[in-house]
Amino acid sequence: MWLLGFLLLLIKIAVLLAIVLGLAAYLILIERKLLGRLQIRYGPNRVGPFGIWQPLADGIKMLLKEDIIPAGADRFIFKYAPAVVATIAILIAAVVPFARDVTVWGRTIPMVICDFNVGLLYVLALASLSVYGVALGGWASNSKYSLLGAIRGAAQMISYELPLGLSLVPVVMLAGSFSLVDIVNAQSRYPFALLQPVAFSIFIISAVAESKRLPFDLPEAENELNAGYHTEYSGMRFALFFLGEYVHMIVLGALVAVFFLGGWRGPFLPPVVWLLLKTMLVPFFLIWTRATLPRLRYDQLMHFSWKILVPLSLVNIVISGGVMLWLRA
Amino acid sequence: MADDGVHIIKTFSDGLKGLVSAYWVTLKHLFRKPITEEYPEYKRPLPSRSRARIILTRDPDGDERCVACYLCSAVCPVSCISMESAEREDGRRYARWFRINFARCIYCGFCEEACPTLAIQLTPDYEFCRRDILSLVYEKEDLLVDHGGKNGEYNFYDHAGVLVKGDKGTHINEAKPVNLKSNLP
Repeated sequence: MWLLGFLLLLIKIAVLLAIVLGLAAYLILIERKLLGRLQIRYGPNRVGPFGIWQPLADGIKMLLKEDIIPAGADRFIFKYAPAVVATIAILIAAVVPFARDVTVWGRTIPMVICDFNVGLLYVLALASLSVYGVALGGWASNSKYSLLGAIRGAAQMISYELPLGLSLVPVVMLAGSFSLVDIVNAQSRYPFALLQPVAFSIFIISAVAESKRLPFDLPEAENELNAGYHTEYSGMRFALFFLGEYVHMIVLGALVAVFFLGGWRGPFLPPVVWLLLKTMLVPFFLIWTRATLPRLRYDQLMHFSWKILVPLSLVNIVISGGVMLWLRA
Repeated sequence: MADDGVHIIKTFSDGLKGLVSAYWVTLKHLFRKPITEEYPEYKRPLPSRSRARIILTRDPDGDERCVACYLCSAVCPVSCISMESAEREDGRRYARWFRINFARCIYCGFCEEACPTLAIQLTPDYEFCRRDILSLVYEKEDLLVDHGGKNGEYNFYDHAGVLVKGDKGTHINEAKPVNLKSNLP
């Protein structure tokens, strides 16, 4: 019996992996097209109709490029840092529920790879771990640009983890559980974004910072640091960093959907479609932001996190707790 | 304290207004038609004075304009023009061979400006790059065209230079030669 369960698990992992990686590859194309349209130009449109084979062409190109390891680099860490970034981004997807549980022949199949009772903590822990990919990759490159990017990345991600975690506390208080499945179930009547607009916006802002996207892309600030922590990377390792970044965007979209937008819940359409639609909202917003806002200064970035977002989320926790107590009394 | 509160609210609302208007502007651009001209399918008609492939033109009589004065090759900043001068029986100069290395040419147009006879001219035709770099070295027969380019009517030898037709004083705007003997006091 456990063999059947194991097989089911493998199938679910394979499907999820295929969807996430495929989405990430096409998100790059979507970003380039959308960014192009936002800047009144066409994006890539040469490879196939509307450029739909562009990710394939990019992948082949990346695979065929020379894999350069700079002299003086810490070879072992240099080689494995991109894998850390990509792996951790993909691992977060494991706890995202993508549909209602299905019952087949009297067996209940949970439509989630792993229903952790501390799923939310698992997400936060992995989000913290992804700093390592950036910091180690930048440090191991033995280049000043990479090191500066890595230091900035580490400082930024540690700072923004705090509001990211704190903004989820009201969600946990409302759902009464750390499990992502329970959090989605608690939003059966209305999404938490309506109850917690402040926590919602704090989470989105911190998520942008966590995924190192404009206006918080200081770790890879092109015009100051060449490419920041991945300056020295080339070929498939560079592609892995990129893949990790885009998977991160999708996973953050999925998390926003789960925590604040009701996950797979929605009328008419099948649950998976609803989850995908809600998931793509955040990447779309990130791309739109990239076309809109300039990069912040480093002190502004830190100031914004420590002096505005953290106190605001703390106040938000106190107020939501108070209101909940008052409603219950 | 109340002032502080008003100040914070005003800062917040101003910032929000700025953010919303910025996002609105970019969103509006999403629905505009892109201004991209897609090159191989659409070729923008270039102005006639655009600087690209160089030609050697002929005067209205069909003679080569170039008098092999070396001014273009002297002014060329990348030294891509070379030639050897020669003289016809009637005294008119021409280039025995004339060579432009388009692999070097930077299309600055100095040669055209330097040319006293308007022989060397730049044309808007820019699509002649090749994989083989040696095929970009153009010889005189590749450069020579059978029209007058931008100044079809101009003929240097009508205005100046050695006499190739007519007598002394027949250049345009040239005074008749003074008869020294009738000019005595």
